[in-house]
Amino acid sequence: MALDQSFVGRTYPPTPAYEVGREKIREFADAIGDPNPVYRDPEAAKALGHPDVVAPPTFPIVISMPAADQVVYDPALGLDWSRVVHGDQRFNHERPMRPGDRVVAVVTVESIKSFAGNDMITLVTAMSTVEGELITTARALLVARAEGEDKS
Amino acid sequence: MTETQAPAERFAVGTLLPPTSFPITRKDLVRYAGASGDFNDIHWNGRFAVDVGLPDVIAHGMYTMAVAGRVVTDWIGDPAAVEEYFVRFSKPVVVPDDGVGALVEVTGKVAKALDGGRVQVDLTVQSAGQKVLGKATAVVRIP
Repeated sequence: MALDQSFVGRTYPPTPAYEVGREKIREFADAIGDPNPVYRDPEAAKALGHPDVVAPPTFPIVISMPAADQVVYDPALGLDWSRVVHGDQRFNHERPMRPGDRVVAVVTVESIKSFAGNDMITLVTAMSTVEGELITTARALLVARAEGEDKS
Repeated sequence: MTETQAPAERFAVGTLLPPTSFPITRKDLVRYAGASGDFNDIHWNGRFAVDVGLPDVIAHGMYTMAVAGRVVTDWIGDPAAVEEYFVRFSKPVVVPDDGVGALVEVTGKVAKALDGGRVQVDLTVQSAGQKVLGKATAVVRIP
């Protein structure tokens, strides 16, 4: 069923602040198997001109994905969340996230399209510090697959 | 790694990034689920994955994206040089519970010189002979 086009342009309320932590960055870097010391060692990060360790380029998904749940589970939109798959993902970084950043995410519905029975919704998530500094913008295409494609 | 080369040479259009292969096991997916907070059953529960029509457990698309990005960050040195990173999730990376798992093979090339001392890198990301990420591109600032 086609989604309500009036949701295009809708912005959801800011999420509660997520505080980036050094150990969370290390845990994420370990999980992606990346031994780069700039994710773990403040001295190595300082040698590259950073005030502290930095988070990997895809780390902001830790914040943007739960933020998108506001839309995915919005009963008013009626997306069939059990059929949702991740279509594509973009990050635009102003700078990397760092320990101590308190990050607020604001999700906007950028577009809603329907193709061959699939609902396609693009969400833009702006992640800024509580002080208002934009750090990263994530743009995700979510696809709710058409009914009857389960066994394809 | 190639400190003796002049920057212009290191980042010239057509430069190939060192190709890398990344093995992925079920344990990696469990660890990524924990670190990322994405506990979708299709990434760890084989029974559930088959129930929803998948051949088996599949890797988180974001895990494959993160792993592929290493080819860029290992090459550039400072991951903060990555200004933009895009991928399309074209095919799932199937990760069987057979003690071997999957292999993701990544190659990259400097595709374009951009303004502001930046370049665009195009990545090719394959698993089991199929392209699993489409249009994978990163924009990086040349140090």
